[in-house]
Amino acid sequence: MARGRIRENLRWSKLYSFSCVRPSVQLDSGNPPSLQGPGYSRVVHCNQPRIHRKKPFRYPTNYISTTKYNIITFLPKAIFEQFRRVANLYFLLAAALSLTPVAPFSAISMIAPLSFVVGLSMVKEALEDWRRFIQDMKVNLRKVSVYKGGGKFDYKHWQNIRVGDIVKVEKDRFFPADLLLLSSSYEDGICYVETMNLDGETNLKVKRSLQVTLSLDDDETFKDFTGTIRCEDPNPNLYTFVGNFEYGNQVYSLDPTQILLRDSKLRNTAYIYGVVIFTGHDNKVMQNATHSPSKRSRIEKKMDRIIYVLFSLLLVISLISSIGFAVMTKLGMPKWWYLQPNNTTNLYDPSKPATAGIFHLITALILYGYLIPISLYVSIELVKVLQAMFINQDIQMFDEESGNTAQARTSNLNEELGQVDTILSDKTGTLTCNQMDFLKCSIGGVPYGVGSSEVEIAAAKKMASEASNAPEQQNINQDLWEDQGNDFGSSEIQPDNGISLKMWNKKSRIKGFNFEDDRLMNGNWTGEPNRDTIVLFFRILAVCHTAIPELNEETGGFNYEAESPDEGSFLVAARELGFEFCKRTQSSVFIREKYTSECPTEREFKILNLLEFNSKRKRMSVVVQDESGQINLFCKGADSLILERLSKDGRLYENDTLKHLNEYGEVGLRTLALAYKTIGISEYTSWNDEFIKAKTTVGPDRETLLEEVADMIERDLILVGATAVEDKLQKGVPQCIDKLAQAGLKIWVLTGDKMETAINIGFACSLLRQGMKQICISTMDTNLIGKDAKMAITENMLMQITNASLLVNLEKDPHAAFALIIDGKALTYALEDGIKKKFLDLAVECSSVICCRVSPKQKALVTRLVKEGTGKTTLAIGDGANDVGMIQEADIGVGISGVEGMQAVMASDFSIAQFRFLERLLVVHGHWCYKRIAQMICYFFYKNIVFGLTILYFEAFTGFSGQSVYDDWYMLLFNVILTSLPVISLGVFEQDVSSEVCLQFPALYQQGPKNLFFDWYRIFCWMGNGLYSSLAIFFLTIIVLDDQAFRAGGQTADMAVVGTTMFTSIIWAVNIQIALTMSHFTWIQHLFVWGSIATWYIFLLGYGLSSPLFSQDEYCILMEALAPAPMYWIISLLIAAACNIPYLAHISYQRTFHPMDHQVIQEIKYYRKDVEDQSMWNRERSKARQETKIGFTARVDATIRQLKGKLQKKMSNITVQTAHNMPT
Amino acid sequence: MKNDTGISAARPSAGSGDGNAARRNSNRPKYSRFTQQELPACKPILTPQWVISVFTLIGVIFIPIGVVALLASNDVVEIVDRYEIACVPPNMTHDKIGYIQNPSISKTCTRKLKVPKDMDKPIYVYYQLDNFYQNHRRYVKSRNDQQLRDASKANETSGCDPEKTTADGMPIVPCGLIAWSLFNDTYSFNRGNGEAMIVNKKDISWKSDRDHKFGSDVYPKNFQNGALIGGGKLDPKLSEQEDLIVWMRTAALPTFRKLYGRIDVDLKENDIITVALENNYNTYSFGGKKKLVLSTTTWLGGRNSFLGIAYLSVGGLCFFLSTAFTVVSLVKPRTIGDPSYLSWNRNPASQ
Repeated sequence: MARGRIRENLRWSKLYSFSCVRPSVQLDSGNPPSLQGPGYSRVVHCNQPRIHRKKPFRYPTNYISTTKYNIITFLPKAIFEQFRRVANLYFLLAAALSLTPVAPFSAISMIAPLSFVVGLSMVKEALEDWRRFIQDMKVNLRKVSVYKGGGKFDYKHWQNIRVGDIVKVEKDRFFPADLLLLSSSYEDGICYVETMNLDGETNLKVKRSLQVTLSLDDDETFKDFTGTIRCEDPNPNLYTFVGNFEYGNQVYSLDPTQILLRDSKLRNTAYIYGVVIFTGHDNKVMQNATHSPSKRSRIEKKMDRIIYVLFSLLLVISLISSIGFAVMTKLGMPKWWYLQPNNTTNLYDPSKPATAGIFHLITALILYGYLIPISLYVSIELVKVLQAMFINQDIQMFDEESGNTAQARTSNLNEELGQVDTILSDKTGTLTCNQMDFLKCSIGGVPYGVGSSEVEIAAAKKMASEASNAPEQQNINQDLWEDQGNDFGSSEIQPDNGISLKMWNKKSRIKGFNFEDDRLMNGNWTGEPNRDTIVLFFRILAVCHTAIPELNEETGGFNYEAESPDEGSFLVAARELGFEFCKRTQSSVFIREKYTSECPTEREFKILNLLEFNSKRKRMSVVVQDESGQINLFCKGADSLILERLSKDGRLYENDTLKHLNEYGEVGLRTLALAYKTIGISEYTSWNDEFIKAKTTVGPDRETLLEEVADMIERDLILVGATAVEDKLQKGVPQCIDKLAQAGLKIWVLTGDKMETAINIGFACSLLRQGMKQICISTMDTNLIGKDAKMAITENMLMQITNASLLVNLEKDPHAAFALIIDGKALTYALEDGIKKKFLDLAVECSSVICCRVSPKQKALVTRLVKEGTGKTTLAIGDGANDVGMIQEADIGVGISGVEGMQAVMASDFSIAQFRFLERLLVVHGHWCYKRIAQMICYFFYKNIVFGLTILYFEAFTGFSGQSVYDDWYMLLFNVILTSLPVISLGVFEQDVSSEVCLQFPALYQQGPKNLFFDWYRIFCWMGNGLYSSLAIFFLTIIVLDDQAFRAGGQTADMAVVGTTMFTSIIWAVNIQIALTMSHFTWIQHLFVWGSIATWYIFLLGYGLSSPLFSQDEYCILMEALAPAPMYWIISLLIAAACNIPYLAHISYQRTFHPMDHQVIQEIKYYRKDVEDQSMWNRERSKARQETKIGFTARVDATIRQLKGKLQKKMSNITVQTAHNMPT
Repeated sequence: MKNDTGISAARPSAGSGDGNAARRNSNRPKYSRFTQQELPACKPILTPQWVISVFTLIGVIFIPIGVVALLASNDVVEIVDRYEIACVPPNMTHDKIGYIQNPSISKTCTRKLKVPKDMDKPIYVYYQLDNFYQNHRRYVKSRNDQQLRDASKANETSGCDPEKTTADGMPIVPCGLIAWSLFNDTYSFNRGNGEAMIVNKKDISWKSDRDHKFGSDVYPKNFQNGALIGGGKLDPKLSEQEDLIVWMRTAALPTFRKLYGRIDVDLKENDIITVALENNYNTYSFGGKKKLVLSTTTWLGGRNSFLGIAYLSVGGLCFFLSTAFTVVSLVKPRTIGDPSYLSWNRNPASQ
């Protein structure tokens, strides 16, 4: 707070040339738009929140709720949700009908499972909503300083803020609502805002207040501040704002530069004061938020289709049954005197067979409901919740740094994780940490910096291992990444190719600085031959920026608050090498220069002009006057731009620098070129006159005019050198991308950043590599106005895409890889209907796709295009609010929870703390969940078909009367208890291979996207298996029990005995079946599978012991009738065997002749061959990957191929080349 | 793990580090083999050895069982006599229903049975009905267990439609179609030498039924008097009316046998048994057969060779499969865990 009190007397508007220039005040009060009529009804009485307590100015509070239900709406809404599922509706209907005499079962046996199932689902819904509520409350209970009256501010919860409140937001805090900026800690009322959460842009944006409110810069001044804002109604448009501010009898018009949006963050500014305009769900961000669409996984959708198939089957069976019944009733019934056919109701009236048939149809629909497993949904739901719990609990996806675990926020997409085809990734905050490290530089054509980028380190290691070509080669290759994260302690690797790698002890590292070169460090640069250039180089770094130094009281050094992390890293580098930027005044920058060990001298550089960076200019310059009065222009900018602005004699180092720039680019570094020029006094004054003229121009041309003038001075530069900054990738990103690529996933990068940055990152994470053919698509720079322009651009786009497609299609080299890089503006056109398809075709052909400068909406559109165009599963991953659209649009949305903003996480289906956890999430959990759910559903249908069809067969023997051979309780318990736990344990605990193997053999992942375990063939095979088993069970039972005595006592089998025996056989058959299906038995599976069988007998015993009124014919059935009869046990054994032998034979055959990958690996593991024959194991590990052209491994392969090619050429020049092992 | 601790150690401990650390620790999932899905597990593999031994084992178990079952079934001596046609007087064959429904015609009928083999006591007497849908839903449901169990619940006739009450509204005990349609043919046996064989009708029902489901104090009330077409008379208290108790256990299939009684006499081969039967029960309406069955039992029950055959077939199939797999693994052995079967090795084109 103390710091905030001290006014920083910097007036940035005086310094900035472009963004901060304030048009003259007259304009403001000029002609404010009259804001009347619909759409502009909001009136905010500033500092009079009291007025907003009652209508008509009562606006929603700042309370935010993203929950689906509240206490009152929960019951009706949740119930409604439940019965939107066709199956549940069917069961509800069945339950309702079970109360009528039509029902074949007692009502309880229909209602109990239904209420159990629905209840459980609702409990799950409630829990999930509760979690959402807790998260909302976390945000709602954040505190912010609000004006209380009497010149006092006090902290209040966010949720209690009302429209009209004056809030004071401090540095690095989020804005609690949409605010009108009144004043800031800077004298000229500007403030810096980080909008990463809104649009993903990492550079800070400048906002400025109105001139009139500048004086409101102290808590006290709000004592008698009032004003009225009339503005637009809440709307989702982030970049527009129309409103008027009535203050002191004047009306000022407002525009978006005065508006601070919720969820953006105050940066580099001690505090701001603002008036709350929009609160709660009126906030622009919230208006943008769409309710997360409920997503369903592919498997679930397919399951629905299976259910429809079963429904039709059910209908057919029911029709057959009711027709059969009608016929039987008409023809047979009159003769069956024992049924008293003359004394019937409609249900059995032989004279009205049609009526009876229709009634029977209902009966049959209920009776055969067992074909449609009521417990399927609930079991799946339960399984998914447990799977999600495992994902949440996975310690290997726990991020120590942020303390975040992975979170499966919705559990219904678990198995979808195993089927992902394309990953669409955000860049900033997802792939990178948005932290820059100064790593290398080239000064005067001499490269400095021996530190290695992550890419270099890995490349060198791989090269080393390739070179040694030892049997454990692959082992090294694998370990390469594994100890990558372990870059503490200095180890030195000196592979053949001469790259020496030093890895620095992390403890000594300074944030933003990773530079190591003895020639420059510790003042040694003074001994370098080109020391003058070096001085110049670091002066440019230290002077040419917009940062503010901040004294760090603990260390005595300076921290810098810079607009972009690049700039910060330059300043840190300059400081570390003896050019410490220590003070900025309105007109000057002070640099403490330290030569060797002398006392530092403080130099002043007068800033005459500052031509700041923007994305169009891609450069920034300052015009400075040093103490000797010499005027210099220091410039830093994108290398291409600087290089074309060099003077003739400024190109001395051009070739060397260019070479270095290329090298840096290749290893994934962000480069900037530095240049300067000396300006004569007269030249400067004449230019400055023009510049001031341009600056004060009023009108639409001002921007262009200013740019032109700036352009005039930024010419004839002299190249000094170049910087290479490592955009610090998040830990493990290249490795993760490599693994994901090997698993056969395609990765697209969609970023709001500019093309250069995106390409650099592409290199850094090996999505791009040297030798990859880059197809850049951007709009032509056109100044055409009007309709023609659009047409022209569209045509141009079409041409570019067509050409590129041709290029791709004509390529012969199988190793050739293409990268598509497309600009946001071009994307606007590429996403139009006519071109969309072509664009997608092209993009699919390319190995990597990078979209730059895309808006959040475009991200969503691209995602939709990929999703709908390819018909494959897409996964979007991002961290900011700008990724929300994409996250919601994709089949699976993953949010990175490491950073502070919560939007992405809130919208996501899964959240992970770091990008690298994606590998484990997909390759391990996704793979497992996919297989588990697929097997589980197949088995579910199997067991219900087995059970359901036996009921049908029996019905045919009862004159289609709808009598079931099983006791109601058997039917009730079958799905709910007797067979549910084993299948749940299959769904929760099954592992085809261990997690290590999943990670070691990324190719196994493809079983999911290829859908090997849930294709129609497999589903129908399972159904066929069910059909066979049902036939075997039914007919074996009835033929064996037929009509003779079934035990020594001469008793014959009645319905209870037949039913119970049959049911016992089913329990045995289906439980043995699931045991055969499982490949992974922990004690839990053993307990559940064998326990289920035991439960059946225990139940039977208990049921038999209950009152005969309750158990009816099953009274004492096990103890008295069945258990003493050897026949009973022998039948069970026979049927259990007969049902499972075909399946056993099938899987044995399949495993013997067509083993699948995971089976072979299981076998290798089983025989511990991986331990005995490590080289084989490692060889297979390295082969187990999908063909990919991206990722680190592919890159290394390409490099090796290149090197070997060269080598071969050389060799063949010397001798005749003999057989040489070509790389695969 | 090593890395992680490295990071936390390297992290500057300035500021609110402690609070953060606590939060981080509280978030950290607790390690347990369960939550990390690392529980010890057995992962059986279907190796050819396993397959062969499993199939052989099934064969080895099943074939003897099959043989024993078949032997047991063959040990059973069974006499089946269909009598419903033979018992119609020759002049009534064109109007069997008329015959059975005419109370004035004597229904007594005599059958002679020859014992094919020695039959050791006890010999069970069954009646077998055919095409009789005792499993029809209307039929099965038409009873009330409470009423049968408890004399005080005589009025409980729910579910007994359409045999709930008499025409004047008195509750019927036992109510319902099942009881109403009680089988009422009777048999009495004489040996060839004229010696009467006593049919023991005690203990032909389940003991639990007698003791717990049919009350000893429950007497028939307003029950039909066994007229015309079928439906036996009921005299003693229900728990002693074992015919009814057996009958009330509805059969699963339209063809069924029910125990009629027991003859505790050994019969010799070629003995002739004379059966005097009362052919009261109307199966003519629905064309059902009526058979009288005398059968001995073994430990496995009555005569049914199907079980043995099924066991033999399954066992045989398993032997066949095990042989097949043995042959295959000899002729074209696959090394278990042979990496050349991995997909990336099998079709190198994709590499």
